[in-house]
Amino acid sequence: MEDDAPVIYGLEFQARALTAQTAETDAIRFLVGTQSLKFDNQIHIIDFDDENNIINKNVLLHQAGEIWNIGASPADKAVLTTCYNKTCDSRVVSCATVWRMPCDWDTGSSHESPDDSAHNPQTLELLCHLNDSAHGNAACVLWEPMGDGKRVISLVDNHALLWDLQESSTQATVSSTATLEGKGQLRFTVGKWSPHHNCSQLATANDMAIRGWDLRTMSQIYCIENAHGQLVRDLDFNPNRQYYLASCGDDCKVRFWDVRNVQEPVKSLEEHSHWVWSVRYNHSHDQLVLTASSDSRLILSNMVSISSEPFGQLVDDEELSDGEDAQPSDKIKEPLTDSVVSTYEEHEDSVYAAEWSSADPWLFASLSYDGRLVINRVPRALKYRILL
Amino acid sequence: MDMEVETAEAGASRKRRVHGMLKMYYGMNEEGKTADQPESMDPCDINGPHFDPDVYLNKLRRECSLSELMDQESCMVKQIRSLDSDMQTLVYENYNKFISATDTIRKMKNDFKKMEDEMDCLSTNMAAITEFSASISGTLQDQHTQITKLSGVHTLLRKLQFLFELPARLNKCVELQAYGQAVSSHRRARCVLQQYSHLPSFKGIQDDCHLIMEKLAQELRQRFRDGGSSAKDLSECVELLLQLDEPAEELCDKFLNHAGARLHLDLTGLEAEIRPSAPPSSSSSSSSSSSSRPPPPSPSAADASPKSPPPSAAKTDILEFMDRGCNEFVSSLCLVVTSYQELFVTHAQTGELASKNIPQMASGKLQGFVDDLAARYFSIVERRIQEERGVGDNSLLVRALDRFHRRLQAVSKLLPGSQVPARGTEIVIRAATERVRQYLQALQSFYLDTLTDVRQALAAPRLSVAGGAGGLTASGGLPDLLSSLSASILNQIKSVLASVHLFTAKDITFSNKPYFKGEFCSQAVRENLVVSFVRFICQSSRQFCESSGDKGGSTPPALLLLLSRLCLDYETSTISYILTLTDEQFLVQHHSPVTPVTVLCAEAREAAQKLLNHYVKVQGLIISQMLRKSVETRDWVNTIEPRNVRAVMKRVVEDTTSIDVQVGLLYEEGVRKAHSSDSSKRTFSVYSSSRQQPRYAASYTPSAPMDTNLLSNIHKLFSERIDIFSSVEFNKVSVMTGIIKISLKTFLECVRLRTFGRYGLQQIQVDCHYLQMYLWRFVSDENLAHFLLDEIVGSTAHRCLDPAPMEQSVIEVICERG
Repeated sequence: MEDDAPVIYGLEFQARALTAQTAETDAIRFLVGTQSLKFDNQIHIIDFDDENNIINKNVLLHQAGEIWNIGASPADKAVLTTCYNKTCDSRVVSCATVWRMPCDWDTGSSHESPDDSAHNPQTLELLCHLNDSAHGNAACVLWEPMGDGKRVISLVDNHALLWDLQESSTQATVSSTATLEGKGQLRFTVGKWSPHHNCSQLATANDMAIRGWDLRTMSQIYCIENAHGQLVRDLDFNPNRQYYLASCGDDCKVRFWDVRNVQEPVKSLEEHSHWVWSVRYNHSHDQLVLTASSDSRLILSNMVSISSEPFGQLVDDEELSDGEDAQPSDKIKEPLTDSVVSTYEEHEDSVYAAEWSSADPWLFASLSYDGRLVINRVPRALKYRILL
Repeated sequence: MDMEVETAEAGASRKRRVHGMLKMYYGMNEEGKTADQPESMDPCDINGPHFDPDVYLNKLRRECSLSELMDQESCMVKQIRSLDSDMQTLVYENYNKFISATDTIRKMKNDFKKMEDEMDCLSTNMAAITEFSASISGTLQDQHTQITKLSGVHTLLRKLQFLFELPARLNKCVELQAYGQAVSSHRRARCVLQQYSHLPSFKGIQDDCHLIMEKLAQELRQRFRDGGSSAKDLSECVELLLQLDEPAEELCDKFLNHAGARLHLDLTGLEAEIRPSAPPSSSSSSSSSSSSRPPPPSPSAADASPKSPPPSAAKTDILEFMDRGCNEFVSSLCLVVTSYQELFVTHAQTGELASKNIPQMASGKLQGFVDDLAARYFSIVERRIQEERGVGDNSLLVRALDRFHRRLQAVSKLLPGSQVPARGTEIVIRAATERVRQYLQALQSFYLDTLTDVRQALAAPRLSVAGGAGGLTASGGLPDLLSSLSASILNQIKSVLASVHLFTAKDITFSNKPYFKGEFCSQAVRENLVVSFVRFICQSSRQFCESSGDKGGSTPPALLLLLSRLCLDYETSTISYILTLTDEQFLVQHHSPVTPVTVLCAEAREAAQKLLNHYVKVQGLIISQMLRKSVETRDWVNTIEPRNVRAVMKRVVEDTTSIDVQVGLLYEEGVRKAHSSDSSKRTFSVYSSSRQQPRYAASYTPSAPMDTNLLSNIHKLFSERIDIFSSVEFNKVSVMTGIIKISLKTFLECVRLRTFGRYGLQQIQVDCHYLQMYLWRFVSDENLAHFLLDEIVGSTAHRCLDPAPMEQSVIEVICERG
């Protein structure tokens, strides 16, 4: 059972921002935002043709500045948000903006050479700025998971702003804010909107702490002090287990938390040899966890013991017996052991982002700083073990 | 003439015969001559029997001259003369003898005559005597028979008298408490009385005796029951009662009950010694009593007044306790067993009691009795042993256990099949194992205490990495601490081993038990003590890595380094030394599988590795933190033109130097790749290319500025992937490389998150050059440092709004000035 070779795509610019096009459930599509201080930045729309193993790309210009964060609307394929830096008056400011892709971005460009699209890129259509004069630099923008594309949260310095988008997202108003108070200069570095509890919870990270917020009251509901030995770099909610949360950070660790008991992590992984920048649960099979690190590696782990399917899928255990596994009956009874499924070493620079495809649960993309995007699949053996 | 000749011849022959007879009478041996010279027939031989004088004369006349004849004649005459005189003498003598013989015979004849007369007289007298004697015996016959009869009657009467006097006698005996005599008297009379009990008078006596004996038995039983009497008295009682046909079983029971009560009293006394001291067990008063062994409170006193236990102020030490247990309980038990066996087993085997299976019954009872008491004794002893917690002086415990065990051997000799000694051995084994466990705990707490001391020592003179001066004062401190730590641990292990070794000393009775020869040595001591302790060291070391990982530096890094070196030393030599020491001391024969040295060494090495990795991580983190703060807190767009190396870089170099000193104290230098001749003066290749980049950019690659990436990517293609938080080797260079790698990578990642102005880039250039100047000497491969620094400058150039780099010469000037 040979696995397909990874597909590699190179961007001309350095890049950090990657997202799957969340609203798109048929095509495998990723959005990549570039970082360049000298040239116009771009948003690359990467289409992956699963059958032919071919990548199609389209480029949209993002002239506002270098992109640090990108988010796709869960409702409208064409709508996305970016956080970008722009320089004005020799000051660097971070802004957040909602954009719409031009409706004909993919006409006739599917198989053209990159030169053509690079020469004549279309420009994003600005919908509205998520900027508030009272607040400073935006760190990231979060769409309401599985929502109707009307609510976003932006994390700005030490504030979390909940925006309502109106008039087809052309107007944004702050409906409520939460502020992190404390000594020193506190800044939210990253956050995640929980898909559980009717999307009423938010988790944010600042420095070494992870905090949970109730969006109805905009008050803190839990706090994991010292969640990591150093900076927390990323968070993700388990899509199936509402209290489970994964985090990663500069201590090279990936930690799994039960937010009902935040004294100790449920599980802790230390597979990377440098900072872990991104952690992502698979949307369907939450035992699959993807982590990206500045040691230039991407690691796919199988965290069965804390997944929603700790005993494997409880269907047709008889069928398992004719698979290649010798002890199917034991496997049903006992929790499977957690393990690293594989380590992907296609990158040569720090990998800052990794994302699962929204269309194909067995496919994921990772982006390293040198602009290399790699698309990989879950090994087939594991895939069949999970499915069967 | 013939006639004459004949007669002459006859005469001669008659003459010769007479002559021969005379010769025989006088004892002359005729043979002598004849043997010498055979009877010559020569008629000329004058001495021969056939001598013929005529022939002789003729011959002489014919042959001899006159003178010769004359001479012959005179000679002849002389001879004849002498012969004549000889003959005369002989005749005379014979005559005299004959005369005296005749006289003697005559005298004898007279004497015999007289004697014959006297003999006649005697015989007549004798006849008379015989006659008289016969008559006397005839008269005395009647009286003799009468006397015989009378003496028979006399003895019978005496026996009867004994019988009649028996009650009184018995009474008297009872009064005088001479029970033994009474019983033996009664025994003598019993059969007779039994036989003649049909006679009323005898019946009466028997009844009387019965009554008295009943009373006596009662008395004996009373005495038996009272229990105040000594064991000897008691056994006497039992013996008497047995002779009185008391049921043996009952007696056994009573005897054992009685003895049991007394033994239980002993045990209660023992128990009383434990109880009062149980709550305040922390009191260490035992030390005082160990030196002077005060006579144990006299057993009688303790027996008599168990209600007032000895004042608990002075808690008896375990040896004293065991002594007391042995002296009082075990010896009394042995005494009881001996006398019991004497009475009921040995004694009964010979007597008529043997038939009733009494020995078997008695032994069975005894077994149960001993087991029962021993169980209680053991439980008390075990409780006492459990109280023995202090591990200071093991010899006391060992001696106590030895005494305990030794005394139980006596029981085993008395009761060959008994379980008691085996159970005693079990207790000893349990106590020994428990003691070993306590030693392990003591070792562990000692180790932790030592670590605390080390921590304090590290904290006190400010040995940490805070500055080069601190690092210098620390020199000598770390190795000293390490050696003292390792020495004190080793000493402690040795002393514990010595203490534990007491259990297997030759003069200890239980040391030759198979448990103490085999399992104790291999399992208890080697595995559960030594191996466990080494494992504990490794494990607690590992915990330092895990627990402090989150909080970042709750453990001083120097301690991590120290422990890492300690574990490494353990791996290389100490473990095998300790285990060899143990094996030698205890002559361990490995019956069961034991942890091999290699496994332990591997564990120690793993721990050392983990500690060292953690040390690198912690130190790297400290430097990283400085670098990160310095990058994050500065406005790089609007910074001023660099005039100096930033202070933080100097600080980084200082800290790195002091870490280098610190590590160098404990670890060897290690190998590094050869330096190029101008290591500190090297310019940055990537930087130079990025400097040139703006010039070429416009014409070369209009939309994609890939050249910077290209160069660094090509570099990456040919260089190995750098694992930042990777394992380090056990040498200084590797450690330093690890720390610098972590620091520089952090620098790189932080730089990538910022945006720089022109002077920002230049400042980073200056900083990197400064680091380059000083850090290359610490790392194993200077290219690594170059590469990372190139990356930093390259990334900065990339993140720069106005990438106008500074001239290399200016950078050098600034750096050298700094």
